[in-house]
Amino acid sequence: MTLPEFAGYVLAFIARLVTGAQGHWVGTPPKAEQRIYFANHQSHFDWVLIWAALPRDLRGATRPIAARDYWTSSPLRHWLTREVFNAVYVSRERSADEDPLEPLVEALRHGDSLVIFPEGTRGHAAEPASFKSGLYALAQAFPDVPLVPTWIDNVQRVMPKGEVVPVPVLCTVTFGAPIALAAGEERRAFLDRARAAVVALRREPR
Amino acid sequence: MGQLRTLGATQQVALLFVVLFGVLALASIVVFGRSFRERDAAAAASHERLMRDVRAVWAGGALFWIAWASGAFVSTLLFGVLSFVALREFVTLTHTRRGDHRSLILAFFVVLPTQYVLVGERLFNAFSVFIPVYVFLAIPVVSAFGNDPQRFLERTAKIQWGIMVCVYGMSHAPALLLLDLPRAAGRGAFLVLYLVLVVTAAQLAQDAAARRLRARPVARAISRSFSWRAWGVGVGVAGAVGALLAWSTPFSPLAAFGMGVLAGGAGTLGAFVMQALKRDAGVKTWSGHSSVTGAVGLLDRTAPLCFAAPVFFHSVRWSFSA
Repeated sequence: MTLPEFAGYVLAFIARLVTGAQGHWVGTPPKAEQRIYFANHQSHFDWVLIWAALPRDLRGATRPIAARDYWTSSPLRHWLTREVFNAVYVSRERSADEDPLEPLVEALRHGDSLVIFPEGTRGHAAEPASFKSGLYALAQAFPDVPLVPTWIDNVQRVMPKGEVVPVPVLCTVTFGAPIALAAGEERRAFLDRARAAVVALRREPR
Repeated sequence: MGQLRTLGATQQVALLFVVLFGVLALASIVVFGRSFRERDAAAAASHERLMRDVRAVWAGGALFWIAWASGAFVSTLLFGVLSFVALREFVTLTHTRRGDHRSLILAFFVVLPTQYVLVGERLFNAFSVFIPVYVFLAIPVVSAFGNDPQRFLERTAKIQWGIMVCVYGMSHAPALLLLDLPRAAGRGAFLVLYLVLVVTAAQLAQDAAARRLRARPVARAISRSFSWRAWGVGVGVAGAVGALLAWSTPFSPLAAFGMGVLAGGAGTLGAFVMQALKRDAGVKTWSGHSSVTGAVGLLDRTAPLCFAAPVFFHSVRWSFSA
């Protein structure tokens, strides 16, 4: 076992110890096929939680998106995202001649699955913010890849913005039925439908 | 029985575990055999519940066996982990706000380990006051620094209570293992088993009596099955089981009966209180198989023990080591 693999095991173990990281496959079974998971985004912990909820065999081929400026700024962060999580780096500043989605398209062409947070930033409202258009562009470019809506529950209680130490609270990750871009569907309509699919997975608070 | 007394404490405990696992194996075989029968939905549900109960008893029995076989350190650690999981479940189902983050960290990563270290070091005086005295002050202070006055009393009280039940109560089980009574060196495992058996017997007898007696519930809004008569049956059975187990304890048969009544009564009342709490949180079991949180319902299983253990522990300590 290499060091990154070992670090991965340790991280998944911690995530399970702290949150349970239960994966509920409601709309689709876990399957070794190329997929795009899109989820609500509330904390830095979100990605680790989804990753730990995936069966071990799928973890290697499922990649997160990381902001290049932040996640390469220190050797540890860089190592973590590059070696352990095999992240796809994107730059936040938009230069004129570069398509910001290019690295994602590259990864998808390569056959990898992706996890994206279409809100763009961590929200702290109960409802997710409206989705950015990247998801639409990917759905257009790769019509055959199933888009799996994913709802992460409770994670804002584990690590609120600005805190460092996670509190042990049970969390669940619910995977819903895949959606696809309908023929001739408008951008806004599609994004709203995708967002509704994510919100629909939320169970009512007890 | 005469032969039994000539065996050493260790051999007696080992024998007890052999008997326990034998009975469990029989129960499992019977339950498995019954699973082939056809049945309607209600019977299927009750069978499902029975299977889960048997599995839980297996897990509990194995846990106590590991605790006993591996010595004080491992068993304290084991109960510490159990405490952690129970508290995690408790916190998940109670409403906390952002300002509570630091006090929750304190509860999980400082209070819980400290309590179990105190148990492991056999500092029984410190361990009985650490949470009720020091933590009682520390938690609201840290919460107040969270700068959020909304529902302050309610939030702090909930955290406080969770620590009391899941950490303080539970930590008395390993403390029993480590308690050195004058006439019962190395027999702590018996005390734990005695407690667990008595509490379980009380709970089972009460449930069975509630199904048959159809007595008037004491508090209908909280539990439809809890009545004074059923409770009395549970406590009586607990006392009887306690008296039967008197040979394994430092108690005389009469004292063993009394201890059984005490522990059984505390345990069943504790379970009743937990039911009130569950109603408040709006869940039926702490987490059925399909709950939002996906927890395993550990709190359900351990709640009677958490309530009975401190009462039992301190009664034993006062009456026998003074």
